[in-house]
Amino acid sequence: MAKALINLKINDIPITVEEGTTILDAAKKLNIKIPTLCDHPDLSVAGNCRVCVVEVKGARYLQAACATPVAEGMEIYTNSQTVRQSRKHVIELLLSEHNADCTSCSRNSKCELQDLAAEYHIFDRVLLDILDPENLIADISSPAIKKDISKCIHCQRCVRTCEELQYVSALAVIGKGAEQHIGTFFDYPLNEVVCTNCGQCVLHCPTGALTERNYVEEVWDAINDPTKHVVVQTAPAVRVAIGEELGFAYGTRVTGKMVTALKRLGFDSVLDTDFTADLTILEEGTELLTRLKRALVDKDPEVKIPMFTSCSPGWIKFMEHLYPEMLGHLSTCKSPQQMFGAVAKTYYAQKKGINSKDMIVVSVMPCTAKKYEAQRPEMRSSGYQDVDYVLTTRELATMIKQAGIDFMSLPESDYDPLMGESSGAGVIFGATGGVMEAALRTAYEIVTGREVPFKNLEITPVRGFDGIKEATIKIEGTKPEWSFLEGVELKVAVAHELANANKLVRAIKEGKLHYHFIEIMTCPGGCLGGGGQPYPVSWEIRQMRAQGIYSEDENLPLRKSHDNPEVMQLYEEYLGQPNSHKAHELLHTHYFPRKKYLN
Amino acid sequence: MDTSNLKKVDIIFSKVDNPLQILDKALQKSPDDIINEIIDSGLKGRGGAGFPTGLKWKFTKNEDSDVKYVICNADEGEPGTFKDRQIIEEVPEKIFIGMALAAYCIGAKEAYMYLRGEYNFLKKDIIPKMEWFNNEIKNRGLDVTLYLRSGSGAYICGEESALFESMEGKRGEPRNKPPYPTKAGYNNKPTSINNVETLVFVTMIQHLGVEEFKKLGTKDSRGSKVFSISGDTPIPGIYELELGMKVSDFVREFGDGDTKAVQIGGASGFCVPRKNFENTIIGFEGIPTGGSVMLFNSSRSMYNILHNYLDFFVEESCAQCTPCRAGLQQLLKGIEAIKRREKPASYLNELIKLSQTMKVASKCGLGQSVANPFVSIVENFKEEIIF
Ligand SMILES: Cc1cc2nc3c(=O)[nH]c(=O)nc-3n(C[C@H](O)[C@H](O)[C@H](O)COP(=O)(O)O)c2cc1C
Ligand code: SF4
Ligand code: SF4
Ligand code: SF4
Ligand code: SF4
Ligand code: FES
Repeated sequence: MAKALINLKINDIPITVEEGTTILDAAKKLNIKIPTLCDHPDLSVAGNCRVCVVEVKGARYLQAACATPVAEGMEIYTNSQTVRQSRKHVIELLLSEHNADCTSCSRNSKCELQDLAAEYHIFDRVLLDILDPENLIADISSPAIKKDISKCIHCQRCVRTCEELQYVSALAVIGKGAEQHIGTFFDYPLNEVVCTNCGQCVLHCPTGALTERNYVEEVWDAINDPTKHVVVQTAPAVRVAIGEELGFAYGTRVTGKMVTALKRLGFDSVLDTDFTADLTILEEGTELLTRLKRALVDKDPEVKIPMFTSCSPGWIKFMEHLYPEMLGHLSTCKSPQQMFGAVAKTYYAQKKGINSKDMIVVSVMPCTAKKYEAQRPEMRSSGYQDVDYVLTTRELATMIKQAGIDFMSLPESDYDPLMGESSGAGVIFGATGGVMEAALRTAYEIVTGREVPFKNLEITPVRGFDGIKEATIKIEGTKPEWSFLEGVELKVAVAHELANANKLVRAIKEGKLHYHFIEIMTCPGGCLGGGGQPYPVSWEIRQMRAQGIYSEDENLPLRKSHDNPEVMQLYEEYLGQPNSHKAHELLHTHYFPRKKYLN
Repeated sequence: MDTSNLKKVDIIFSKVDNPLQILDKALQKSPDDIINEIIDSGLKGRGGAGFPTGLKWKFTKNEDSDVKYVICNADEGEPGTFKDRQIIEEVPEKIFIGMALAAYCIGAKEAYMYLRGEYNFLKKDIIPKMEWFNNEIKNRGLDVTLYLRSGSGAYICGEESALFESMEGKRGEPRNKPPYPTKAGYNNKPTSINNVETLVFVTMIQHLGVEEFKKLGTKDSRGSKVFSISGDTPIPGIYELELGMKVSDFVREFGDGDTKAVQIGGASGFCVPRKNFENTIIGFEGIPTGGSVMLFNSSRSMYNILHNYLDFFVEESCAQCTPCRAGLQQLLKGIEAIKRREKPASYLNELIKLSQTMKVASKCGLGQSVANPFVSIVENFKEEIIF
C-alpha cells in the first residue's frame, strides 16, 4: 500500500514526503544538512545526542530531527538562532566532558565529534572542564579492541550495535547521572566478557572511544629487523575497501596497487589470504562430503549435520559462549588467515629455506576478531604463533600514508608466488554467501564431475544482503564413489550479522529448520563490512564493496578453488590429500565451551 | 473580595461507604459518556504535566488495537512528596475503581499499578485488596485485571516512557516522543497512564458528579489537589486544597511569618520570591505542581537549596542525552566555581543560557525542567548565589 504523502516546509522550502519520514531524511532530500552523532543508518533511533535538534513552529521544545517523523503542515527551521545556540552548546558540552587530546587519538582527522567541533567553531570554550580523571585509564585487556571512555560521547551506537546487529550485548549503559558510562558485565575488562572481538562497535563508534588495538609500530619494527623474513597476507575484502582510505571511491578494486604498496613498504613477500581461502574450500568441502557420507551411508549418530563454516572468528567465540553444546556442528577448519600462518611457517619456510623462527607473518584483515584469533593458544601449529600481527584495513592505510606513498599513482603488480595465487572463489569469501558459493562450485564438481548448474557459475540465491538466505541444489549424475548423494537435495543456508546467525542456530537447535551446510559471517554483509574496514559504513557502501568483489571474481581466469595450481602443488608436495593427517595437523582446530557472560 | 481564597477540601481522602457502588453506577454508562464527562469536568493530570485526562482516554480509546493498557503511575519520586503513598494507604479502592474505569473506557484488559520501589513495604496490604477487587470486577462481568509492578528505584522511571521501558525489563531511559503513550506506550501498545491522584479524581467525579467538581478551582485549573507541604512551616503535611489560590494566601496559612520564598512543584518546579507572592497563582494558569510545595524562611541559603536540587538531578538524570547529562554537571560545578571565585559573577549568565538550551533541547521532562528552579532561584537570589 502506498504511504500517505505529507506536505511540510523546511527553512521555508516546501517539500512532500511519505508519511513516517523523519525530519532528518526530509531535510536530506532538500540537501539541507543537519548534523548528527547518535544517529546511524544501521541502528535503531536513539535521539540522545541532541545535536540534530531543529525548531518546529508552534512546538514548545526543539525536536530531534533524527527521531521525529514529519507531520502535515510542519514548518521547520534548521538554522534558527535557538537551534544554532543549542547545537553549539551540545557540542561544547560533549567537549567539556571529553579528553579532547586529538593529536594522540587514533581517530584524529576522521572523527565525527572533531568534524563538528571544527564546523561549529568551538574555539573559545566557555564551560568548565568536567572530564572525570578516573576515565582516563583505557581498557587494553583485549588483543582486538581498545576502550577509552574518556573519548566517549555516550551516543550508545556501540551498545545498539552489539545488541541489535550482533546479539551479544557485551557493552551496556551502566549507572545513571554523572556515573553513567558504557561498560561491560560488572565492568569486567573486555577480554573477560562475551565480546566476540568483531569490532562492529568500533566501526560504528563516532569517536576514538572504541578503536582497534593498533599494531602498526610492531609491524614496522618487524619489517626493519634484518634478521626477520616478513611475509604479509591480504584478506579478500581488503582490496575493495582500502582505496576508500586513500582517495578512491567506495568499493573500488585496488588489488594491484595494494600489492605494489605492500612491496614498497618492505615486506619480503606479499601473499594472498585468497590462496588459503581456496585451500579452505578443499578442506571444508571434503569435510562436508565426509560428514554427509558418515551421516547418510554409515548412519553414524556422532556426526553433526548441519555443518557450519568456521572462517569467522567472532562467530566461533559467539558459539563457544552461547551454544557450547553445538560446537560439534562447526567445521574443524581453521580460518583462511590461520591456515595461511600455519602453511607459511612450515611449507613456505621449508621451500624458501628459512627457519620458521625467523619468519614473521603479518595479516591485513577487514576484521578485528582476527587479532584475537591469532593469539588463541590453539593457533601455533608451526611450533610458533602462526600469525604474528594482524592489521586492519585501516591500519595498513595508515602505514601506506606514513611511508609517503602516493597510492593513487602506483603501478599495479601481482602477488608473489607460492602462496599468492587465487581463484575467484577465494575472492568472494569477502562477501556474505561467498564461502557457500565457492564451496558449492567445488563440491558439486567433485561429486558429479560437472560444473555447478548456474549460469556463469554465479550461485545467485546465496548472493545479496538478505540476513538469512537459503538454497537447495539437487545433486544428479553423481560419480560412482558419490552415488549415495544421487538425487539428494542439498539444503544450504547463509547468514551474516550474529543476530541473524542466532536466529538460524536457535531454529536449528529447536529442530525447526534443517540444512546440510550453513555459512555464517559475523559482520553485516560479510567481511566486506568487517569491523576493521574504513569508516563510515552503510548498506550502500557495503553494496559497492560487494560489486567490487564480484567483479574481481568475474575477471579472474580461475573461478574454482580446486583449479588453483598453487593449492594443488601444496597438496602434492606437502599435505597429500584434503583432510589428510598432515592437513589436520596444520589446517584444523578445536573449539572450547565458554561461559555465558564471562570468558 | 474575600482576601483568603484558600480553601481546604476533602474529596480524595473522604471515606465512601460502599465504593463499589461508584463503579456500578459508572458502568451503567457507555465509555464515551464517561470520557465526555471527564472532558467536561476539566480534570487535568495530577502527575505534573497537567494533560487533560479525558482527552488522554479519548485518544487511547480511538487507537485501533486489540491490546491496550492502563497504568497507574505510583512511582512518586519527587523529593518531599509523599501524597500518593498516603492515598494508596488510605483509599486504595478509589484508585482501583479509577483504573478499572480507565480500562473500561479505553478498552484495556490489563491495568498495572507501577509502585515506587521504596514503597514495596505497602505491597503486603495492597495485594490482597487488589485480589479482592479483581474478584469484584470479575463478578460484574468486566474483563479487566489489575496488577502490581515494583519500580526500579530510579526517579526517572516516574517519567512515563522510562516507566514503560522499565516495565519491559529494560533500562529506564525516556523514549523519543512522538509517538505518545496513547499511541505506543507499554509494549508499544496504546496506553493510558495516569497519576494515582488523577485516577482517584476520576472516581470521585463519578461519585459527586461533574458539576460538583467544577464548582472548585478556576477555568484553567478545575477541582482541588493534594499538596505535600514541607520546609519552614509549623504545620507540614498533606493537605487537599482548591486550585487557583495565590501564593500569598498559601503563605498566610502555612508560613511561619518569615517566608522568603516558596518552591512550587518540587525540585523541578519554580521558586517564587516574596515580592511575587501576591501575583502568582498555584494552578495550571500560574505555576502547576505535582503536589510538592516547600517554604523557605530567611535563615535558608538559597545557594544551598539550589545546590541540593542540582545534586539530586545530577544523580538522577538517566544521562542519555547530552544537554541534561553534561549540562547538569556544568550548572552544579558552575555555581560552585562562582562561589569559590574561580569564575566571575558574569559566568552566571552563561549558565542561564545553558539552562535555556537544556530546556529546549533535552529529551525528556527532567532535563527540560531544570531551568525552572535554576533560573527562578538564580535570578531572584543572585547575591546569595554569588556571595
Ligand atoms: C522526571 C519525571 C519524573 C516523573 N515522575 C512521576 C511520578 O513519580 N509520578 C507521576 O504520576 N508522574 C510522574 N511524571 C509525569 C509522568 O511522565 C506522566 O506525565 C504522568 O504519569 C501522567 O499522569 P497524569 O496525566 O495523571 O498526570 C514524571 C515526569 C518526569 C519528567
Ligand atoms: S575522539 Fe575525536 S575529538 Fe576526541 S580526541 Fe579523538 S579525534 Fe579528538
Ligand atoms: S567487538 Fe563486537 S561483540 Fe565485542 S563489544 Fe564490540 S560489537 Fe560487541
Ligand atoms: S563508545 Fe563510542 S559508540 Fe559507544 S557510546 Fe561511546 S562514543 Fe558512542
Ligand atoms: S533529559 Fe535527562 S533524564 Fe531525560 S532523557 Fe535526557 S538525560 Fe535522561
Ligand atoms: S542525531 Fe538526533 S539526537 Fe543524536
